[in-house]
Amino acid sequence: MKKKIIALLVMTMTAATLMTGCGKGDTDKKSEGVMTYEEYAKAPLDSEVTIEAYVQAKQGWWENEGVGVATIYTQDKEGAYFLYNAQCSEEQYNKLAQGTKIKATGYKSEWSGEVEIADATFEIEDGSYIAPAKDVTSILGSDSIIDEQNKFVAFKGMKVEDAGNGKAFMYKYDDSGSQGDDLYFKVSLNGASYTFTVESYLTGADTEVYKTVEALNIGDTVDMEGFLYWYEGINPHITKVTVK
Amino acid sequence: MRKKTLIWIMTIVSLFSALLTGCHGRKGMEPFTMPEAFDENVDYNITFWAKNDTNKTQTDIYKQAITDFNKLYPNIHVDLRLYTDYGKIYNDVITNISTGTTPNVCITYPDHIATYMTGDNTVVPLDDLIADPEYGMGGSLVRFDSVREDEIVPQFLNECKIGGSIYALPYMRSTEACYVNQTYVERLGYEVPDVLTWDFVWEVSEKAMETDADGNYKVNGQKVMIPFIYKSTDNMMIQMLHELDAPYSTPEGEIGIFNDTTKSLLFTVASHAETGAFSTFKISSYPGNFLNAGQCLFAIDSTAGATWMGSHAPLSDIHESKKVEFETAVRPIPQFDTQNISMISQGPSICIFNKPDNEEVLASWLFAQYMLSNDVQIAYAKTEGYTPVTIRAREEESYIDYLSRAGQDNKEHYDVKIAATKLLLENSDKTFVTPVFNGSASLRDASGQMIEEVTKARRRKITVDDAFIDKLYDNMRSLYRLDSASAVGGDDSDRDLGPLPAATRNLIVILIVVWAVIAVYVSVEKIKERKRKNA
Repeated sequence: MKKKIIALLVMTMTAATLMTGCGKGDTDKKSEGVMTYEEYAKAPLDSEVTIEAYVQAKQGWWENEGVGVATIYTQDKEGAYFLYNAQCSEEQYNKLAQGTKIKATGYKSEWSGEVEIADATFEIEDGSYIAPAKDVTSILGSDSIIDEQNKFVAFKGMKVEDAGNGKAFMYKYDDSGSQGDDLYFKVSLNGASYTFTVESYLTGADTEVYKTVEALNIGDTVDMEGFLYWYEGINPHITKVTVK
Repeated sequence: MRKKTLIWIMTIVSLFSALLTGCHGRKGMEPFTMPEAFDENVDYNITFWAKNDTNKTQTDIYKQAITDFNKLYPNIHVDLRLYTDYGKIYNDVITNISTGTTPNVCITYPDHIATYMTGDNTVVPLDDLIADPEYGMGGSLVRFDSVREDEIVPQFLNECKIGGSIYALPYMRSTEACYVNQTYVERLGYEVPDVLTWDFVWEVSEKAMETDADGNYKVNGQKVMIPFIYKSTDNMMIQMLHELDAPYSTPEGEIGIFNDTTKSLLFTVASHAETGAFSTFKISSYPGNFLNAGQCLFAIDSTAGATWMGSHAPLSDIHESKKVEFETAVRPIPQFDTQNISMISQGPSICIFNKPDNEEVLASWLFAQYMLSNDVQIAYAKTEGYTPVTIRAREEESYIDYLSRAGQDNKEHYDVKIAATKLLLENSDKTFVTPVFNGSASLRDASGQMIEEVTKARRRKITVDDAFIDKLYDNMRSLYRLDSASAVGGDDSDRDLGPLPAATRNLIVILIVVWAVIAVYVSVEKIKERKRKNA
């Protein structure tokens, strides 16, 4: 009898687990009329696109002539979508947390190499997914890195270089800023150096990453995570720095 | 007894009236009045919100000016806050007006000042300060060789007049220039004229869209080509309407932009957006990035952005490997009438915000004035294609020498930058500005947004026809509240100023009642006196 009960419990739990798994699978499945990432990637610029993805980070909300807009990093398991100035009320913005699933419709656009969804509207759906940081260190400098654009990525074992002002970082790209502005710092790997950014709207002066970069020293070795933003080439928006 | 009662009634009424008036006035600040003297034993901390073009040299010049000024006035400490965008300064000032935490001195556009002035006595009118014999321009007690009012380029000072009073000092002036890839224009079989026409620019731009069998553009052999990119589309619309003498707005704030000429211009823009021959900064990116990569033929941007333009530009956002070699020609922006050219006047001005302490305002004024001294004017003007706003700086030997060295190097004497500077210096008499009123900043935004909207629409294969434009006009009126703009300048004697505030209405009613009571009392007394005499 005991064995039967145990067997029944095991079967029930297995079935429950499978059902939960199915449910999770369902949230990954695109709704009707929604593009897969592959379809989105192939869509021509200036065409209307509808995607479903999960919020990975918010880069600020502001009001333009009474209309609220937000810039959001989103991602599904296949690729990433950058929503630039999507229409969004402040209330809606506050509901967006890391992992929140949204369905967005807008126009695929490109600005200085950054492919984004412009003039988007979106609605919140059920489901959650937080993307792990994909290590792209080995493809830094290669043409294939563009395929990772806007994704949450990781860079490992890079060396902090002189930012151009004798220090490890600059406020604004030409050292014309002050605390609270974007931070720019240079890191190198295998003889090639890259400029990375701590975007102040994404991670401001009170965040850990901002403070960590302000405390960097030339010669430090660092691991980093962030979003692979693009401006005339890679311009990652770094969200975490670990000094080794 | 009755006399006493009447006096009591009148006293109470008067006090009540005064309280009502006081309530109304409490929302604003007392107007600035010139102090008799400036106490140099009291420390003043003033905040200066400035704009730079993401140019470290400009930042350094501001800092140097603050240091030099502090040596002259050790009791005035200036705290600098830098912005790279006029819009952000504007938004922050608006926010800080409501909390009473405006900066003391602020770089701004006159359009923005008109909005700031909706607060009571928020911005200090400068007429009395300028004219003050001791602390005014060229004043006897000013501790530096301050410029006189008549040493400021007159049209630049006039641009700072709102409603007959001067509310800002011009700081720097620039205009827009068309930076042309002359090499590619000639490769297409054209010569770059001294004055470009819109027809020429559109024609060459369409020609540049020709591709070869592999889909590369013939003119540059690349996959990317946007022949004509305009940075500031609000200026584009304003400029075209001005050239055509078409309605934009009246000085009184009457909106005229939603007309058939605008519609016709939008159709033209849309037709070239459809082919990909035209785009904007907001849609594609900085014109200079495309120009320097050989992916743009006509890049229109401010002369204050000249250091970013051309193969050898000292500033650039694109990788060296993407730059291509070409000859850069600097021209006035395209014209409809080449015999009667015009160009917009733009650039930063300085305004002063009112504070409860008049001496603090005077300290702000002294610093603002210092920004017009030769050292600051010439140093800052050299950083970009700016021109100094004072005749004194323009005539200074070192400045004339600087202009004569165009092309000697690709830094301070970068030829494109000095050509852009000369464009304004030689055409200062052909510049214009748009009327300033409460709402003019929104009208400016709307004028640019219409170009953005039709450009985006055609790129997205959306039809731009009469119905589209009509709807666009409605949207712009609504979004930018262009049916409710109000004038702060010009002759507004005939304008309907709307209903009086409640406190004012109450005060008028009370005064009428008081006078009526007095009249009745006097009449009654006279009748009584007559009766007494007749008795």
